[in-house]
Amino acid sequence: MKQPAAVLGVGQTRHRSKRTDVSIAGLCREAADRAVASAGLALADVDAVVVGKAPDLFEGVMMPELYLADALGAVGKPLLRVHTAGSVGGATGIVATSLVQAGLHRRVLALAFEKQSESNAMWALSIAPPFSIPVVAGAGGYFAPHIRAYIRRSGAPPHIGALVAVKDRRNGALNPYAHLQQGDITLEKVLASPMLWDPVRYDETCPSSDGACAVVIGDSDAAAAAPGPVAWPRRCAASRPCSRVRTTSTRPRAGSAWRRCGGRPASPTRWTRSTWPRSTCRSPGTSRCGWRTSASLLPGKAGG
Amino acid sequence: MSADVAVVGFAQSPVRVRDDATTSGVEMLVPIFAEVFRATGLNRRDIGFWCSGSSDYLAGRAFSFVSAVDAIGAVPPAMESHVEMDAAWALYEAWAKVLTGEAEIALAYGFGKSSGAELRRVLALQLDPYLVAPLWPDSVSVAALQARLGLEAGRWTEKDMAEVAARSRAAARSNPDAQVSGPVTAAELLARPYVAEPLRAHDCAPVGDGAAVVIIASAARARELCERPAWISGFAHQVDSGSLGARDLLAVPSAAGAASAARAGSVELAELHAPFSHQELLLREALGLGEGVAVNPSGGALCGNPMFAAGLARIGLAARAVMSGRVSRALGHATSGPALQQNLVCVLSGEAS
Repeated sequence: MKQPAAVLGVGQTRHRSKRTDVSIAGLCREAADRAVASAGLALADVDAVVVGKAPDLFEGVMMPELYLADALGAVGKPLLRVHTAGSVGGATGIVATSLVQAGLHRRVLALAFEKQSESNAMWALSIAPPFSIPVVAGAGGYFAPHIRAYIRRSGAPPHIGALVAVKDRRNGALNPYAHLQQGDITLEKVLASPMLWDPVRYDETCPSSDGACAVVIGDSDAAAAAPGPVAWPRRCAASRPCSRVRTTSTRPRAGSAWRRCGGRPASPTRWTRSTWPRSTCRSPGTSRCGWRTSASLLPGKAGG
Repeated sequence: MSADVAVVGFAQSPVRVRDDATTSGVEMLVPIFAEVFRATGLNRRDIGFWCSGSSDYLAGRAFSFVSAVDAIGAVPPAMESHVEMDAAWALYEAWAKVLTGEAEIALAYGFGKSSGAELRRVLALQLDPYLVAPLWPDSVSVAALQARLGLEAGRWTEKDMAEVAARSRAAARSNPDAQVSGPVTAAELLARPYVAEPLRAHDCAPVGDGAAVVIIASAARARELCERPAWISGFAHQVDSGSLGARDLLAVPSAAGAASAARAGSVELAELHAPFSHQELLLREALGLGEGVAVNPSGGALCGNPMFAAGLARIGLAARAVMSGRVSRALGHATSGPALQQNLVCVLSGEAS
């Protein structure tokens, strides 16, 4: 029988390109301390720890949770290590929530981190394994063909990705923990930035960051004892298709997880000229981004 | 509550150095998925939650487990998760998922191509990356320090260690999946050279490739899938310090703590994940296993230790002993990290609570 679970506290570090003042353990402890403090707890009050991190090659440490057990107060407790690729931060929260919902623990610390300055993320993603197509160009080299295929199939206009970057960078400027603080970024600047992996430009990619984030998940008794308001996750789900499927590899996974969470099935997005956004982002802090999509046009009709 | 979930199926690949298998695990997984589905009458659409255990450092590439998902099949998309740990911990995550009621049937699998590189050096990268790993203390050398401490403390002798190996190899003769087996005496083993003094080759698990899969089901489904399900009556894990110098290497508090939390008393059979002979002796004591307990009738990890699958296979073998009616209560154990740092205990019973 599923027990209710709530987020009791949240903590994160500022995300920077290099945190040379701390070790991996120091970075993680910073986020963990802030999370338990915001829940009105100490690390000793935590019953179990879930660490999320992907992939190990980003820091050059195999299964770093083994070395982090002391820094996270996990010695003598259950310690789980989640690795679900790029989704790992969210998956870590889902696993911690499951442990509380299963009735196994009262309070679980979930923590995810990356300290990319310790190694070289481009190298870590550029290995050519046997019997696979060598990409040898980091994550962008892998995703660019998928993005090109999506643009071809959907008829998305060429500046849509850049608009997402403008919107997120301006929103990020409102978040003191965000690595990039670019409140004055414009569509023109993004479109003028160097092309890295056609069609992905420099300003359209994430930075390599050092940072950690932690949440404390608790059961209903722990929530009742919390000093401040708590947030109750209603449903969580994650799913994954096979690595090579005919359509975009993101749609089946998002669609199925969305439906498991009670969402309505979405029709594939098709872009038409009349729905192209006319303006770029509005000023930071407003919720509208000035772009709309039209749903479920027949294949072949899109793109104007 | 915890007995509401049971193991209903198990399969493992033979442990071998597999030149025909890539590090993605797919070649080793597809046959054992077919085997476990044939035995349970299930197909992949019946699985509500999948969870796997494997390692990027073993595969030599980032996100290696994503390729293994190909063995599941592309459609429909599966509710799926992955731990960078032995798949015994994947089974733990799957067990929690069934306890929440979000899945009725869950499948955990693990795979490892340990022979892809020099395993003992790869595992050195599990240590403190600033102060210890740069010295490259490999996993066999770290275990040798632990064995040496035990010898000097009078806890065991090299003959005791050789007897563990001889008994394991004799037991493995009835296990076709074992990598090493055969009749040999402790005296014969002791005449062989050291690998890392005081460890000889027989004291160390062989390097082998393999995979394992376990299916669990809620009470509502377990009885229809299996004549005699192996009910999970206790399931717990703990970790010890990551600092070798801060640990008493002759105590395994995380194993004792997990056994206590899993209420592991009075089992008839125990499958222990002890990659080194002296570690079986340490674990017997930490888990409170008496003389009457049959330990590692499969031969144990000393006769086949596919990384990231061997712990799950121990639980599967313990469950098989219960499902076949050979015993009524059995224990499966898994370990991870240098010198038994992290330990998991799963207790299986023929009777639902």
